[in-house]
Amino acid sequence: MSIFETLRTAMRALLSNKMRSVLTMLGVVIGVGAVVAMLALGEGTKADIEKNIRSLGSDVLTVRPGQAQMGQVRGGNVETLKVEDAEAVGELPGILQVAPSAQASAQIKFLSNNVSASVVGVTPEYFEVQKLVTQYGAPFSETQVRGRRRVAVLGSNVAMKLFPGSEPLNQRVKIRGLSFQIVGVLAGKGEGFSSPDDQVLVPLLTHQTVLFGRDYITTMTIQVENENDLDNTKLEIEGLLRSRHRLRPEEASDFNISSTKDVLATVGQITGMLTAFLAALAAISLLVGGIGIMNIMLVSVRERTREIGIRMAIGARRGDVLLQFLIEAVVVSLLGGVIGLGVGAGIAFTLSKVAGTGFVLPLYAVALSLGVSLATGVGFGVWPARSASRLDPVEALRYE
Amino acid sequence: MTAAIQLEGLEKIYHEDQPNIAVRAVNGIDLTINHGEAVAIVGPSGCGKSTLMQLLGCLDRPTRGSYRLEGQNVSRLDDDELAHVRNRRIGFVFQSFNLLARYSALENVALPLMYSSVDNPAQRARAVLERVGLVNRAGHLPSELSGGQKQRVAIARSLVNQPAILLADEPTGALDSRTGEEIIQLLLELNAAGTTLIVVTHDLALARKLKRVVRLRDGKVEADGPPEQVLAEAPAGVQ
Repeated sequence: MSIFETLRTAMRALLSNKMRSVLTMLGVVIGVGAVVAMLALGEGTKADIEKNIRSLGSDVLTVRPGQAQMGQVRGGNVETLKVEDAEAVGELPGILQVAPSAQASAQIKFLSNNVSASVVGVTPEYFEVQKLVTQYGAPFSETQVRGRRRVAVLGSNVAMKLFPGSEPLNQRVKIRGLSFQIVGVLAGKGEGFSSPDDQVLVPLLTHQTVLFGRDYITTMTIQVENENDLDNTKLEIEGLLRSRHRLRPEEASDFNISSTKDVLATVGQITGMLTAFLAALAAISLLVGGIGIMNIMLVSVRERTREIGIRMAIGARRGDVLLQFLIEAVVVSLLGGVIGLGVGAGIAFTLSKVAGTGFVLPLYAVALSLGVSLATGVGFGVWPARSASRLDPVEALRYE
Repeated sequence: MTAAIQLEGLEKIYHEDQPNIAVRAVNGIDLTINHGEAVAIVGPSGCGKSTLMQLLGCLDRPTRGSYRLEGQNVSRLDDDELAHVRNRRIGFVFQSFNLLARYSALENVALPLMYSSVDNPAQRARAVLERVGLVNRAGHLPSELSGGQKQRVAIARSLVNQPAILLADEPTGALDSRTGEEIIQLLLELNAAGTTLIVVTHDLALARKLKRVVRLRDGKVEADGPPEQVLAEAPAGVQ
């Protein structure tokens, strides 16, 4: 029998039992849909985070304090990173600029409006290295930083919450009870984690002395002249900071230096693992769908034993019968896969719209879902099809 | 000229490896049927009629002995070769019609052609349907046909690949006597046109209409000859 005829025969059998075919297909639709939705959401989130990190630029290194370790016990962040360290790093060759910053959380008040935000002490370089642009007003000047002035630049979200419908510029807000004049508002950067939209920037010295009484910094963002020298520069910074912190060779560094590339790799690894885990969970439902196909095909073979006997009596070979039932299973499964692909992509798209994250339907997810549903059809259809093709024509004809 | 069917020492033994339950359903049959003959196979229940029918129809292989179909020994063919023989050289007509319920009359007739990849299957099927007088019912499902019409469709299906022999197993068993009569007439017409006809039946009225009757008993040929001779000497209760 030609493959076309076999396909037609399979379609006929499926259409003559529409409800059953649809229900059987549903298992694969749900399985493939779940896998595709998980992959698309995972990839979308990953792309989102990566875009955020990439916006920093690939010529940037970030130094953060390490974690204090006392025996097996991990303490909080160590407080050894100082502004002087940043100044020393700035002296190294190949460094364009260094932006030390200190971060802490605080309440910001304007009249009765109250917002909890991340307050970051920064220098003018910070705006350039982080590529921050003010929508109103201007970044801090050197004078404002050195003079420990009580001025603030608001992130766009913070400004929106504190000043709904009014002009924030030159207004005064209270941070930890102290009055600050608003000299600028940042242009919105969009969604993302630790977005500057949700931060309040103040001069670094003000942050350290007036607001929080600390002498250490929490981040040092370094822009290098040549991004191809990133690895060398990283080593030089490490050596410099180690000698400044008087670390003996056997001691571990009390800070971490990471490049955008490093962070991307870590994030990629984490989101990749998360995506794979979720997809594996979803794949279980695909397995259940496959077993559903096998179940229905076994019932179908039994039900149509006499038909198989008739077909054999008039000349169907065992291979013809095998192919007929196998193609039925594959058609159900593949069709379920195509529908599941659409459903999964639809779910992921809707969720990404609702959550405001990115939507990516990776090509590998499309290929994977179609390939897997094809394999499901063959894998779970082959046993019923074999049992059909192995029927004894005499017995099958006698079957009531 | 070679015979249509030539059986020599044909045996079919079920469970031969377990002597206490072994059944010698066909127990050494020698039989020659020539082209164009019309033969009735009769005998009491359990005499081996059905088993012989399955062997003749290449649905099953004999345990021992040889079966030559138009000169070719088909007793040792593999499954695919047997399927090919059934498709091309044997037509089956069953008591219960055995039509596919979801296929129209025309599609049922064309079904064997699907397994032999011939050109214009629909056209050929229509021609055969015309021959059994049912071309006006081509698009009907079996459930929309009477018993006699169903059997005509089944006969058309058995003829569509122009087989050398037509095997009919109780072809009138599920029909009323008038319709059965029509089916017998149709089978006889086909035989007159050259098709070798073998009918397995309990119905002695049907057997009398064929030129030759073979009576089986306990898996062996008990009598073989013209109906007036074989059926006259039949012991009471053969039917």
